[in-house]
Amino acid sequence: MTAPGPDLIYGLAGLGMFAMGLYVAMTGTEALRRVLALKICAIGASFLLIVAAWRATPDGIDAVPHALVITGIVVMVSAMAVALALIRRIRALEDAHAAAGTPAAPPRPAPRRRTRPQQGTPR
Amino acid sequence: MDPMVIFDAGLALALVALSWAVLASADRFASVVLFIVLGLMVALAWVRLGAPDVALAEAAIGAGVTGALLLATLRHLRGQPEAPPSPAPVRWAVGGMVAAVTAALAAVVVALVAAPRPEGLAGAVADNLAMSGVEHPVTAVLLNFRAHDTLMEVVVLLVAVVVVWAIDRGLAPAHAPQGPLVDLGPVQDGFARLALPAAVLLGAYLLWAGAHAPGGAFQGGAVLAAVGILAILAGRWRPEPRHRAWARAAFGLGATVFVLVALGVGLGPRVAYEYPLTLAKPLILTIEAAVTLSIAATLAALFFGREPAGLTVPNTVPNTVPSTARGGRP
Amino acid sequence: MNIGAMTLAEAAGLGLMALGAGFFIAGTVGMLRFPDAVSRLHALTKADTLGLGLVVLGAMVMAATPGAVLRLGLIWICVALAGALGAQLIAAFVRRSGDGSGE
Repeated sequence: MTAPGPDLIYGLAGLGMFAMGLYVAMTGTEALRRVLALKICAIGASFLLIVAAWRATPDGIDAVPHALVITGIVVMVSAMAVALALIRRIRALEDAHAAAGTPAAPPRPAPRRRTRPQQGTPR
Repeated sequence: MDPMVIFDAGLALALVALSWAVLASADRFASVVLFIVLGLMVALAWVRLGAPDVALAEAAIGAGVTGALLLATLRHLRGQPEAPPSPAPVRWAVGGMVAAVTAALAAVVVALVAAPRPEGLAGAVADNLAMSGVEHPVTAVLLNFRAHDTLMEVVVLLVAVVVVWAIDRGLAPAHAPQGPLVDLGPVQDGFARLALPAAVLLGAYLLWAGAHAPGGAFQGGAVLAAVGILAILAGRWRPEPRHRAWARAAFGLGATVFVLVALGVGLGPRVAYEYPLTLAKPLILTIEAAVTLSIAATLAALFFGREPAGLTVPNTVPNTVPSTARGGRP
Repeated sequence: MNIGAMTLAEAAGLGLMALGAGFFIAGTVGMLRFPDAVSRLHALTKADTLGLGLVVLGAMVMAATPGAVLRLGLIWICVALAGALGAQLIAAFVRRSGDGSGE
């Protein structure tokens, strides 16, 4: 068995990032961290593409996967900007509710979780 | 044994550890700063894997602009308590699913490494490079062979800025940036005076270099966007309502020029994006220049967040807002 | 590559780079060990600017063309300026937020 090449090393590292990002994106309760998790997930996926390109042409540039990843980076920054704007807006609405003296606890920033009837004070 | 293995293993470990730290850190600010560091490390790994264009894009957009966006949002989240974690059954179910997917993918990665090297598309690109009008294969793919993808990407950016303006229109006045975002002092001001022209030059150079070397519209546009962000931060430029028409024109310019060129080429005897050989390079550079301007304006606007019109609202009631908004700024 | 085949320029370049890496390590140790933010900045910025300067110098010695030498020099100037600005901003923030007593 020879020493592991960069394709194996970075392939597995990208896979690890993909798994961590996916897990936190799905189970996280804080909106900002979930957005970060999605980006890390996307970086992990890009690693698999770039590793595939490296395997095809270790000494040159396999331009098609590279172009795909660049497209992915730009699309991801657009998606993150929209997600962050939503986070800011949710926070502003919560503040407005709090300022208006709404008795109930403001809705938590993870809007997707509606299963748990939590009334207690948030930490 | 190849000494590069040590470097590869160390960098890969750093990537995984940084990702974990970003996701596990209890402090949001630390999380964001580590995320920016992670972006730069990822760029380093991509240079190692022979993808300098992707590394430039990741460092400029993935780490730089995204980091600025995150830090700008962080300002709004101060003092928000952490939500409790998801219930255990959800965590276990998701964890099991993610583990299964990852294990299957890991098996594929390991099997692929043992397989013979694939052909790849580099040969096909190289064979047709002479017909593309540019000498750098990544630019040829982005602006010629897969130009429709790139047009859609520019449209995605356009949609993003429209949506962000629409969302931020409803932000409470207390969340609006007041005055210069932070008073950064004379050193920052001097640096801005020195660095901004140099960065404009660098952005233009990256755009021009894209025709024959790593670089191109997206990297150049991101650098120019950083110029805009720095100018806003240093208080050297403030978006104002009268800039809105110009901003809208800049957002749409890239997609418009791109579509017009495609239509112009497609109305002749050729297919859209099938540029005539003699005109290919000027056409590509025209599209790239327009797209660069659009990307720069769009990314800077995404950083600034709200439409400039929103800023005039607090100014009509000047006595109530600034005191609360200026309170605990870092 | 073996040591015998190395040219003088390569040996000098590698030596400078190793020296630069040593300054980086010293700066990192300083950042981890020093007690407060300002002395950490002091360790980090000075050691890193000098370390990068040495690494760039090493790369310049090995560079093939004058253009590459010029670009490497530009990189060093840009990083040094950005590092100085960053350190100044952090220090200003530290002074504003707690008069040096803060972390």
